[in-house]
Amino acid sequence: MILTPKIEVAGLNFYYGAHRVLEDINLRIQPNQVTALIGPSGCGKSTFIRSLNRMNDIVPGARVEGSICIDKQDIYAPSVDVVNLRRRVGMVFQKSNPFPKSIFDNVAYGLRINGMTSSREELRGRVEASLKAAALWDEVRDRLQTSALALSGGQQQRLCIARALAIEPEIVLMDEPASALDPIATQKIEELIYQLKSRYTIVIVTHNMQQAARVSDVTAFFWLGRLVECDRTNKLFTAPKEKLTEDYITGRFG
Amino acid sequence: MRGDLGFRVGTGLFGLVLIAIVVAIGFELTRESMPTIQKFGLNFWRTQTWDPVAGDFGALPFIWGTIYSSILALLLAAPIALGIAIFTAELCPEPIQRPLIFLTELLASIPSIVYGLWGIFVLVPAVRALEEWAPPVLRQLPLFSGPRLGVGMLSAGLILAIMVIPFTSSVAREVLKSVPAAQREGAYALGATRFEAIRAALFYARTGIVGAVMLGFGRALGETMAVTMVIGNQPTVTASIFAPQYTMAAVIANEFTEAADPLHLSALVEIGLVLFAMTLIVNVLSRLLIWSMAPGAQGPGVDAAAPAKLAAT
Amino acid sequence: MNRTTRRKALSSAFVGFCALSVLIALVPLALVLSFVVSQGIRAINVDFFTQMPKPVGEPGGGMANAIVGTLMLAGLGSLMAVPIGVLSGIYASEYAGTRIASLIRFAADTLNGVPSIVIGVLVYGIAVLPFKQFSALAGGIALGIMMIPIIARTTEELLLLVPGTMREGALALGATRARAVFTVVLPAALPGIITGIVLALARISGETAPLLFTAFNNRFFTTSLRQPISSLTVQVYTYASSPYADWQRQAWAGALVLVTIVLLCSILARVATRRLESMHAR
Repeated sequence: MILTPKIEVAGLNFYYGAHRVLEDINLRIQPNQVTALIGPSGCGKSTFIRSLNRMNDIVPGARVEGSICIDKQDIYAPSVDVVNLRRRVGMVFQKSNPFPKSIFDNVAYGLRINGMTSSREELRGRVEASLKAAALWDEVRDRLQTSALALSGGQQQRLCIARALAIEPEIVLMDEPASALDPIATQKIEELIYQLKSRYTIVIVTHNMQQAARVSDVTAFFWLGRLVECDRTNKLFTAPKEKLTEDYITGRFG
Repeated sequence: MRGDLGFRVGTGLFGLVLIAIVVAIGFELTRESMPTIQKFGLNFWRTQTWDPVAGDFGALPFIWGTIYSSILALLLAAPIALGIAIFTAELCPEPIQRPLIFLTELLASIPSIVYGLWGIFVLVPAVRALEEWAPPVLRQLPLFSGPRLGVGMLSAGLILAIMVIPFTSSVAREVLKSVPAAQREGAYALGATRFEAIRAALFYARTGIVGAVMLGFGRALGETMAVTMVIGNQPTVTASIFAPQYTMAAVIANEFTEAADPLHLSALVEIGLVLFAMTLIVNVLSRLLIWSMAPGAQGPGVDAAAPAKLAAT
Repeated sequence: MNRTTRRKALSSAFVGFCALSVLIALVPLALVLSFVVSQGIRAINVDFFTQMPKPVGEPGGGMANAIVGTLMLAGLGSLMAVPIGVLSGIYASEYAGTRIASLIRFAADTLNGVPSIVIGVLVYGIAVLPFKQFSALAGGIALGIMMIPIIARTTEELLLLVPGTMREGALALGATRARAVFTVVLPAALPGIITGIVLALARISGETAPLLFTAFNNRFFTTSLRQPISSLTVQVYTYASSPYADWQRQAWAGALVLVTIVLLCSILARVATRRLESMHAR
């Protein structure tokens, strides 16, 4: 099955000041699949995912070499509009970060700043659709105007997913989205990820190998800033090509 | 542990002195202002005649002037102070951050009397020129009527604004720094521009920001020398920013040593008492608001421990 | 795309406004400092430091008495404020969490926000009225009261930063709490506390309002604690509002001396905190 990659990373080096945190990364990410990034903490997987929507731009001293193309367009090209890029590439963070506003206003935030709806009804419809897509609608439909901070941790994270989905991104990046959640909330997020992949390209960072095995189609293993191996998930976990990968997934280190 | 008890009591006694001073201010000032409190009651704050010779005391013009000048200062200072806080906390390049903070906070260390001197000889003539330039149509409005003296509400508001900017900007900066990076990132990830991301941070920090602005307001209420020297010292209640007016602190500074009559002295002490109460309320409120966001923020020049605290975290 | 362009323009305008705010604040700073320096340098001379004020209308003379007065008042203030401030700071940090400790902290913050003129009114009532006499002592008390909260809060915060292991080390060797604090914890925080005292001194040496009716003013030279005493700030105030050109000239000279003192203290404190910082960073 040969597909045009949604994201194509070629020769990516990433520096914080003089310190190189990513070294010559080459990776193709296919559309409508879940790609998991695994590896010990500090291996560069978070930096990598944050370079896919240029979130690292706001970190002083960050520098990029090489190219990352989304739909064949280099996102680090000077002509690229970061604001527009981030609208196309949504992101969900490790710790849920709802704004101290109502549930409704949280989901509506991106729609409002990007001016994506033209009427109040349309806005309401989009918010509802996003909450439904994030499997949160049934739990909050009666209290859309209450503060988002009153939700449980798992609900807050699904709210952040709804918020990201509302602006209709093509790609959704998730940086350890379930690491701060209990097992039941984690399970809900995982089910959600599974449902979402028919409509989005998903890249997820996780420190949890079982989670990677459960939710992803493709897994990439990072180690010390390098991409060691990337393969179909069932293959990588059962028959890794690299010794390093095998050591890691069998828990022989880190 | 007998040694410990002695240590605890010994240091505690000095702490009690500190507490006693604050209590003493309230107690002494109330005691000394009893004559006017008993004689005039609330009318003291409702009437406008201030005639020490006739023994007639109405303090409305002073409280009016104090609140007016402080609000004027607040309106002028708050946007600039917040701009400074945002620039130094979020926007400026790392190498110039420290120097800029140092320079803006230097504004807080210049003595009030020096501002006053500068006010008399530089600011007031400039304001007078502005007043003379103001077209007659404008001067028909109550806000801009009055004599063209230079000294008056506008000069006082301007000088107060300069003096309170560092207080508001310093605390607002601390408050902004306490906003989790995740809030800004959340906004950026949804396609926010820099302004929109900062607005999200400001919204998150809104209680602390209001506290920072109130802290500046509290400073303006009690500021004495510079205002006394440029406000014109006329006990009148008028909306005009060109007219000379008076403040509570200024009338105490001007008349206290000359107050031979006990009733006059009592009137001035009562003004001091109410000024104390006003600043106390404003400060406590602002501190509650600030503490809910950034417990360490104290304002410029007060916090020698700030850099050490930063380094320790 | 029109909308994005507009949003970006707004964003740039906002960044511009913030940068402009810094400039707007620096303009009065530059103006005040440049006027004080240019007018002050022209006015200042040896006489200013060595001569007494001349009678009204007579040119010349200086502020020798006021300079000595300011030093004395600051000294008196420190004498009162350092023990009270440091010891209440010690209590507030050693017994942090107790009711009295939070009360001390609250009182210090409250006192810090009390207008200086109100402190003057208080001291007039407790130290001038009973003796029917303005005095250097009353002025010193007023300035001392202003210094206390700054010193107390600095001491408390810096002591809280001293690692608990240091204190435990001393206590484990059988030291009493007092010994542990005075021989181990306090010395570790001392540079910071001294910085706090310098900052407090910088602040009160520029104060005028609390001196107007406590120390009052004195045309003559005195070192008596029971006599009214002159100070730089009150003298500058008197001269600034006078109609005589020569007095106004001397007011600028006085302002220059005041600003120099304050700036030196601020820079000193800044250098000291820099060193502190590198110490803590290690």
